[in-house]
Amino acid sequence: MIDHPIVYQADQIFVLLKHWLIGQLPSSVQPAAGVLLSVVVIICLFPALFAVTTIIERKGLGRMQNRLGPNRTGPFGILQPIADGIKSLTKEDIVPTSADGVVHFLAPVLLVVVVFMGFAVLPMGRNMALTDMDAGLLFFFAIGASTELSVFMAGWSSRNKYSLLGAMRAVAQMISYEVPLLLSSVAVVMITGSLSLNKIVEAQNHYTWGLPHWYIFTPWGLAGFLIFCIAATAETNRSPFDLPEGESELVAGYHTEYSGFKFALFFLGEYVGMFSISGLGATLFLGGWSAPLQILNFIPSWFWFFSKLMAAICVFIWMRGTFPRLRQDQLMNFAWKFCLPLVLTNLFVTALWRFLGEGWLRWALCTAILVVVYVAMARAEMRSGHFGSRRYRYAE
Amino acid sequence: MTPLSGFLLVAALVFAIGLAGALTRRNAILVLIGIELMLNAANLNLIAFWRYGPHPAALTGMMFAIFSIAVAAAEAAVGLGLVIAIYRHARTTDLDQMNRMKG
Amino acid sequence: MTFAFYVIAALTVAGGLAAVLLRNTVHCALAVTIAFAGLAMLFLDLDAQFAGFAQILVYIGAVAILIVFAILLTRNSETPRDGVFSRNWFAGLFVAAAIFAVLGWAVLHSIAVLPNHAAVPAVTVAQIGQALVGRYVLPLEIVALLLTAAMIGAVIIALDEKGRTK
Repeated sequence: MIDHPIVYQADQIFVLLKHWLIGQLPSSVQPAAGVLLSVVVIICLFPALFAVTTIIERKGLGRMQNRLGPNRTGPFGILQPIADGIKSLTKEDIVPTSADGVVHFLAPVLLVVVVFMGFAVLPMGRNMALTDMDAGLLFFFAIGASTELSVFMAGWSSRNKYSLLGAMRAVAQMISYEVPLLLSSVAVVMITGSLSLNKIVEAQNHYTWGLPHWYIFTPWGLAGFLIFCIAATAETNRSPFDLPEGESELVAGYHTEYSGFKFALFFLGEYVGMFSISGLGATLFLGGWSAPLQILNFIPSWFWFFSKLMAAICVFIWMRGTFPRLRQDQLMNFAWKFCLPLVLTNLFVTALWRFLGEGWLRWALCTAILVVVYVAMARAEMRSGHFGSRRYRYAE
Repeated sequence: MTPLSGFLLVAALVFAIGLAGALTRRNAILVLIGIELMLNAANLNLIAFWRYGPHPAALTGMMFAIFSIAVAAAEAAVGLGLVIAIYRHARTTDLDQMNRMKG
Repeated sequence: MTFAFYVIAALTVAGGLAAVLLRNTVHCALAVTIAFAGLAMLFLDLDAQFAGFAQILVYIGAVAILIVFAILLTRNSETPRDGVFSRNWFAGLFVAAAIFAVLGWAVLHSIAVLPNHAAVPAVTVAQIGQALVGRYVLPLEIVALLLTAAMIGAVIIALDEKGRTK
């Protein structure tokens, strides 16, 4: 179906456009111009998506909390992001006198740079990855690990106890949840046999009876995807894991002392990080840019990637509107005592899946192991009281 | 392309800087940082020799570097655990003040 | 691409020097991160993609964070009022300079025999994986054991001994 010329051109429209544009330039600068063009498009596209997301989030949260949300700027308040942008650009940039100026300035810059680098390896459509690295997934996680440092820099350089506490909470949380995040992705790597995100998408882009071979439709894939989602939510410091910026305890966490444009950069970094981790989740488990049904293949691949991404964002917003915030001890216990054993079991199940060969046996066995382990661990954890209410001992 | 000697010189310089840091700083954590720099310089040498060696497909130098990175991670965790334990005991990480064995 | 090499090498050495010379401990930890990143980029310059990314993941993502945690836990984040260098810093500096002199002399005298060019090795991650579970499987297992031992050891060393383990 992709062979039809119109479908093909719609699918490859951005690739063809890019080739046409850089074809106008002399051949000596063409490679550099091609990279530059892709980078500029990514740098423009995701902030635009960020603006759209803020309005979806504020409107959606408003609906969930039985209020209207922003409705003053433009029709139905849809121009609110522009007003917000102008406001944050024109506000005074306040740096505390005791702050460490250089580090205070570098922290948001580092965050934004690092967060955008993750998009270099994400395939956003057929032939639409900026680079096809052999170790693309490793690159993504290596870059993602650097955000922790910028959070620490922000919290420490502000010389504010709330900032520092928020930063230490954020770093501890991000390190803890990076382990399940990485290990749940390792299951995909074990089945695909490659760290290249393009190959991972290609491996899922097959259909049986018109249904896709996405990894989420396997027992280990579903378990891995659920853990990936939990870990990704914690990794991006989103509710219900938003303790680092728990406003009832820590003012605003590590960006308490940031204002104006630098605060906008943190805000942007947080959302762009959310986009990139959602894109990774879609690539690993939801087939990336492949269509959910074979008959839908005439719709361009980039459309599917971005709709999966936005669907993930909507789930993030939904969760924010639904769950209460966790406590720090619950958060850590959940990562180390629940997610980690479960994800290790999942790795074992994935290996079993790989070596049992085709047939109903592996479906039954893998599902059974995962369900038994999950239920047993959840019951044991609930009984041990790690997730129940805590008894405070103030006056003993 | 950069000749091998360039990489070797950078590695030697980083190694010397790390050694100087490990030998001259008073803070135990900074001594550890110096040691990490020295390990990294050694890794750079291993990778450079792998790249310019006669049998890069055998992956020997690369594997050496990867294992060295893993061992360095373990070393950092234990080393910093020791620093914290010492701090809890002596209330300082100043190595010049840790002279109780002197008698 | 020697220009890239000079820039990265300068960045690495500057980061290392700053890590050794700065007075504030947290600044030192942040500067050493620059040196780690520079070394990772040198690995990438040497076509060792996997090792370069592993370096970023382990050193910037884990070791640097461990170091700043240790600094904050030991209340070292402020600049000490008395000097930051050891009493016998001169001897240490002399030893380091001597070692650099010897290493540099050795490298400069062997430039004639060192190779200047080598074909780009076509090493994929899949090959590294095959080697890890094939020829190097014993070291891999030993490293796994070492990491487990180190994890348990670090937890036990850093555990509060007064029975208040919670």
